[in-house]
Amino acid sequence: MPPARYLPHSALPQLFDSLTGDGYAIVGPQARDKRIVHAPINAPEDLPWGTSHARSSGFSQLVDGPKNRCFAWANGPQALKPLLFPPREALWQINRENDGFVVEIVEPTHNRLAVIGVRACDLAALHIQDRHFLNGPHSDPQYAARREGLLIIAVNCTHPAETCFCASTGDGPEAKENFDIALTEGDEGFVVESGSPAGERILAMLSLDEASSEQIEDAASELRNAAASQKRSLPSNNLRDSLMARLDHPRWQEVAERCLSCGNCTAVCPTCFCHAEIEEASLDGSHSLHSREWDSCFGERHGYIHGKQLRPGTKQRYRQWLTHKLATWHDQFGRSGCVGCGRCIAWCPVGIDITEEAAALLK
Amino acid sequence: MNNSLPRIAVHKFASCDGCQLAFLNAGEALLTLSQRAEIVHFTEAGWDAPLAKVDIAFVEGSISTPHDLERIRAVRESAKTLVTIGACATAGGLQALRNGVQQSAEWVADIYASPEYIQSLPESRPISAHVIVDLELWGCPVTSKQVLSALGDLLKGITPVNSGEPVCVECKRSGHACVLVTQSQPCMGPVTRTGCGALCPAFGRACYGCFGPAEQANTASLANQFKHMGLGPKDIARRFLFITSAASPFSDTGRHYLEQDRD
Repeated sequence: MPPARYLPHSALPQLFDSLTGDGYAIVGPQARDKRIVHAPINAPEDLPWGTSHARSSGFSQLVDGPKNRCFAWANGPQALKPLLFPPREALWQINRENDGFVVEIVEPTHNRLAVIGVRACDLAALHIQDRHFLNGPHSDPQYAARREGLLIIAVNCTHPAETCFCASTGDGPEAKENFDIALTEGDEGFVVESGSPAGERILAMLSLDEASSEQIEDAASELRNAAASQKRSLPSNNLRDSLMARLDHPRWQEVAERCLSCGNCTAVCPTCFCHAEIEEASLDGSHSLHSREWDSCFGERHGYIHGKQLRPGTKQRYRQWLTHKLATWHDQFGRSGCVGCGRCIAWCPVGIDITEEAAALLK
Repeated sequence: MNNSLPRIAVHKFASCDGCQLAFLNAGEALLTLSQRAEIVHFTEAGWDAPLAKVDIAFVEGSISTPHDLERIRAVRESAKTLVTIGACATAGGLQALRNGVQQSAEWVADIYASPEYIQSLPESRPISAHVIVDLELWGCPVTSKQVLSALGDLLKGITPVNSGEPVCVECKRSGHACVLVTQSQPCMGPVTRTGCGALCPAFGRACYGCFGPAEQANTASLANQFKHMGLGPKDIARRFLFITSAASPFSDTGRHYLEQDRD
């Protein structure tokens, strides 16, 4: 890999221009409706300059941050997941003809998309989503098309939120792989590295200087501090045996009394991939649209199989979510399904904390 | 008149007429509907044959008077399938706020110039309290998409999808900001059935609970969260005792906090 370079704030417009020039539409973080959203972005001034978080369990607000920083926050409710696996998408449609019916597949669209501000937790989640959607016996064509056109500009996380625990899962705060370009933000600009030939081609267009050893050390120091500042953690990276031995623990009932079974945790979880397929037929019966939409293991439909509800209550549903995420995920993917992003903690309306629940279950 | 088409009726009871607009606002779909079914009774749209035998009767409104009670029994007799539309028909509606209020007879005397003409049952109750209902469509009001989708499925002879998902699921799919988490607004979304497309949160407002309780609605936990956010018992009670005040578990949690307020 080429040595780290330095991207001063003044060169950010060139980065945007290079991406656009290379045929990429750009999505980047913006402060909108009191949270960070990843949405189409035209210029560096639209980044969330001077924005930080105030965050705890069941609570997330934007507050003023350092004016010369645009990544002084950890994450928003979503990042890559809805870009690669949209909340709702049509898969095929059926049209009735005189002598039968015709099925039309909705062909995947191939677009080049550069996403700025992807965190290490999101990259770890992306790796899991890739395994689920691409590396199984049947690769998902919609996901594959979007994934192929994706260019990732990761930003190492110097400002974890109070809800973050990526250091404990080993997934952050530094992006170590699966990115095209990685930035570490300082007061005047970014230490920048390429992680792929596509990323290197973009950076080569910018004619940047090599980063000084002081700039590199400052960046590394910020990341060490970011890791050290995290207060939450999971008891272990592999809770498979300990959780599966506690399926009758009284804590499941306690958490069910607080849990709203609203599905917010699964919607914001970057590794949750469950979806349901739905059929919408026209009133006259001439046409039907088949789509998939995000589903949640907290919903009635998820556990209903052929005349039987397998998980009738919230107790069983919360247990299903947690034991899949932290225990049986190891059998399926060879690692835990939790990347320490803390989204499920912040966006739970009643502030249920996965780290607290896991710890209580181990007692 | 095409006698081979399924016959439909739309009846009104104690209600604001808003749910019937789901049909009237359907636009072009009405033309399609006219080829798939024959509307034989729908007073608001000009057909008046309340006792005609039909395949599907849609019922808007709650049962609030002795006359309503006679009428709903006749409607049930006349229809093979009875579908309630909206919060009034499905849960007793806003007017169910008078249920259990001991002074309601005094209010009638205070409000009406000739209270002797007012004949009300002690409570405003949903259709299902009096006759067997085959399908309940929640909402205040129901939407055209919801009603036509159910009607389409019934005409095709399949069981309509009638999702009980909470509003939160739709909010997250739509990418709306959570007003509870980001603004500490007392949003009813986590316990309320979706169907509106998360309309209020889309405009930065807390959900009012128009579509009634969602599946697995944990109202006690949400009310407890409202308490932590600083709401008093009366304000908490008012969140639950509103458009679908008579629907459990909204009614149970609402009354619990109402009693706390009185203590």
